[in-house]
Amino acid sequence: MVYIQTYIAILVLSLFVIPFLKMKWKGIITLFLVIFNAILSGYLVFPALLGEKLSFVFQGSIVTGVIPIRIDGLSAWFILLINFTLITGAIYGLQYMKVYRKQTANISLHCLAYLLVQTSLTAICVVQNSLVFLFAWEIMTISSFVLIIFEYYKQDTLKAGINFLIQSHAGVLFLTLGFIWVYYRTGSYDFEAISQFSTSFPPITSLALFFFFFIGFAVKAGFVPFHTWLPYAHPVAPSHISGIMSGVIIKIGVFGILRMLQLIQTDYVILGYIILIFSVFSGIYGVMLAILQHNLKKLLAYHSIENIGIIGVGIGLGTLGIGQHSSPLILLGFGGALLHVLNHSLFKSLLFYSAGNVYQTTHTMNIEHLGGLVKQMPHTTILFLIAALAICGLPPFNGFVSEFLIYSGLFNGMASEEMLNLVVLLFSVFGMVLIGGLALLCFTKAFGAIFLGNPRHRFITEPKESNPGKLIPMYMVTVFIVAIGLFPQFFFSLLSEPIKLYSDKVNILGEISTGASITETMQSIGFSAAGFIVLGLLIFFVRKTITAKKPKPILTTWGCGYVGNTEKMQYTASSFIRSYRKLAEPLFSIQKKKIEVAGVFPIAGRHETHPHDKIEEWLIDKPWNFLKFFFGKFRFLQNGNPQFYVLYGAIFIALIIGFPIIIEAIIKIIYFLNQI
Amino acid sequence: MISLIMIVLTSLLFMGIVIRTKSIATGRKGPGLFQPMKDILRLWKKGAVYSQTTSFIFQIAPSIYFASIIMAILVIPFGHYKGIISFNGDFVFFAYVLALGKFFSIIGALDTGSSFEGMGASREALYSMLAEPAFFILMGSFALYTGHTSFHEIFISLHFGSYISYGLGVLATFVLVMIAMIENSRMPVDDPKTHLELTMVHEVMILDNSGFDLGLILYGTNLKFAMYGALIANFFTGSFSVLISIIIFLAVQFIFAITVGILESFSARFRMGNNAQFIFTLTSISILIFFGVLLIMGKFV
Repeated sequence: MVYIQTYIAILVLSLFVIPFLKMKWKGIITLFLVIFNAILSGYLVFPALLGEKLSFVFQGSIVTGVIPIRIDGLSAWFILLINFTLITGAIYGLQYMKVYRKQTANISLHCLAYLLVQTSLTAICVVQNSLVFLFAWEIMTISSFVLIIFEYYKQDTLKAGINFLIQSHAGVLFLTLGFIWVYYRTGSYDFEAISQFSTSFPPITSLALFFFFFIGFAVKAGFVPFHTWLPYAHPVAPSHISGIMSGVIIKIGVFGILRMLQLIQTDYVILGYIILIFSVFSGIYGVMLAILQHNLKKLLAYHSIENIGIIGVGIGLGTLGIGQHSSPLILLGFGGALLHVLNHSLFKSLLFYSAGNVYQTTHTMNIEHLGGLVKQMPHTTILFLIAALAICGLPPFNGFVSEFLIYSGLFNGMASEEMLNLVVLLFSVFGMVLIGGLALLCFTKAFGAIFLGNPRHRFITEPKESNPGKLIPMYMVTVFIVAIGLFPQFFFSLLSEPIKLYSDKVNILGEISTGASITETMQSIGFSAAGFIVLGLLIFFVRKTITAKKPKPILTTWGCGYVGNTEKMQYTASSFIRSYRKLAEPLFSIQKKKIEVAGVFPIAGRHETHPHDKIEEWLIDKPWNFLKFFFGKFRFLQNGNPQFYVLYGAIFIALIIGFPIIIEAIIKIIYFLNQI
Repeated sequence: MISLIMIVLTSLLFMGIVIRTKSIATGRKGPGLFQPMKDILRLWKKGAVYSQTTSFIFQIAPSIYFASIIMAILVIPFGHYKGIISFNGDFVFFAYVLALGKFFSIIGALDTGSSFEGMGASREALYSMLAEPAFFILMGSFALYTGHTSFHEIFISLHFGSYISYGLGVLATFVLVMIAMIENSRMPVDDPKTHLELTMVHEVMILDNSGFDLGLILYGTNLKFAMYGALIANFFTGSFSVLISIIIFLAVQFIFAITVGILESFSARFRMGNNAQFIFTLTSISILIFFGVLLIMGKFV
């Protein structure tokens, strides 16, 4: 209790102090506070991860009622991973924001919003009172909006920010409706009431309730088709904000879904199928669009959708496990999902930080203009490579571990008798494999085009490696990426408490726990990962010793006899994915502009492709255009003439007063007519 | 351990048999059985030319590619004997570690900044992406059939009982042979003997590799072939003693090599545009196997 009060007191104090600090200190103090808050909350919640649940009750006010604060394994896991990414984000941001040093007020706001995001994210994880939860959710949304529109003077940024704000609030609407429904039926804002609600109604009602929450949280998490804000918001935000947005802020949506799954009692089998199908579509759709992108950060944003899909597959599998009373499914499904939440927060933030390094030295995010950065930026290259390998789910890094858990769950679940179950799981396996393969295509494209080969564009200033201030937080993240790959059993064992929340919900049929065999498998994976690294080094060493004394002339790349050195002949990112694009074309609306080189005196040829999201087109653009058209018909009302506006007011008042009178008169006339 | 030794041994001869079959089929005398291996040994003794565009990625890529193949081989069991690495779900590891090798061979090709190698890399990335679901659904079907999820346990508990299961065995072998052909970039997806860079897939990716690195990549192809051969052999060696297993293993590898040779002699490469569709049909064959398994187990409703 004291800790929480200290936490809030320091936050409030800092909100008043930071704007008055000198420019130099603003960032440093914010960083210090972020670390302090992280340590404080980490210290408080860590025991919960090991099994000691904590709960406090604040008296609250007459509006909110009592405010229960419950810290269990799930909240602890999320708080710890959120705070880690926020720390690395703050360290990275400290260096990243140096270029914007002149915008004093803007930076102050940025620092405050950063602290508020941290606090509200932490609060969302522990507060179990609907009203306060929504309040924290709102603070989180608004402060992340402030973080996104840091460069508000650019039109795209503001547009994307407002898009984010509106869509987030559409999500909040669904959450509010869900909470109101529960309150209306039970008269309590406590989350326990949600449990009560769902046990006292038939499963179909609680399924409907779950979907209110699911849609609300899915907007934040970026499940297809609620993802359309994501690819706009990520590219325009500063890189460390994109990193924490993609790394942790969208994960709070996943947290919400997991929390509701824990609270709501319903028909879990059907729910599991629905989540699985939703997630597989999100995953495939996200990565399929990611490949087509030319903007690096937009590409990464679509990959967030893909990874949310993978996490969703894990959640769906675990839900299916609850429904089928199967302990391995719960363990592997939720375990995989929760571990992937951590993994994704690590490699995605690393990818965005790398993108930030590239952006700040080249000032472009267009993949087609980059190339050959490996020579100038070796550290960023290696870090990006590691993150790319990890996000593709390749061993020996962390992405493989969580994807492996989910795969194991999918294959394990096939032992069931039901046909529908088998078909859904087969579909999910198919989806997961396709996602993996497409991610590989996407990241070979991105990595190859940005860092390898020859530069495709001559920059006014030569690109150079970022300073250590930016690289240190990136290496911090990398340490975890490698550690999870090498010691997965340790990280998996940390998950036993959060998973218990779900396995305790039902009486497990058959063998109670398969934890031991999974730990063993995890150990083998860690061992194999280490073995692979050793083997790779060994082969490289052998190669080095054998070829040490051999001649190694350096010449130009083989070009079928052409020996000139031109980057124009290099394969571009667009051509790299051309055969894929041809295959996927029917599914997406790709706008193409083409000027062919033709005739005796040809003009310069041109080829442009703009991939566009078909779901966005149907779900957002078309209804929006229709609304615009419809309301456009009433534009004559807004004619800029004050007299008319006064008239509208008068008409309105007249209607308000006159309406009941007129209705009464009509009723009287009808009555009179009836009398006759 | 025994599977590693057997695979390495057969890999020495595999390409020789393929080339020999091709030469017999086309009525040529052809080189000796050990000629491909001799070529590789010669490459290992040579120096190498590097492009000025390349970076350290190009230097490490072949080694990691080779390491990934060795790592995948370590997972493969031999009859009753486990592979050196064996755990539940190890076939996922098998596929992903090979994918890692592929990742590096692709970025190694892109590192040269060449107009051709990017093209090959693009095709390789796409084709292997499309071939992957077939393998996973195939293994998933067998996991469902046997109730186990590691190579070793799947293979020792695999027993053929009915006509349908023989049919499944044949289909599975077909899928594995085709996956091996795609992964090794051979006919009918890619023609390793073509002389035009524009029509190559794998060959064009390694245009700039020379010396030791090229040797590693070429030997990697041999190993990969022998590895898939071993996987196919495992379908049949489940319940036999070691000696018989070895004989079956060698026989399967021999037949596999001859099949590859015959396929390459009598079929033409597909048009590049049609490859994607062809590879994706493999997935549907895998799904056929999956439903066949359901049929056997009586889960089909």
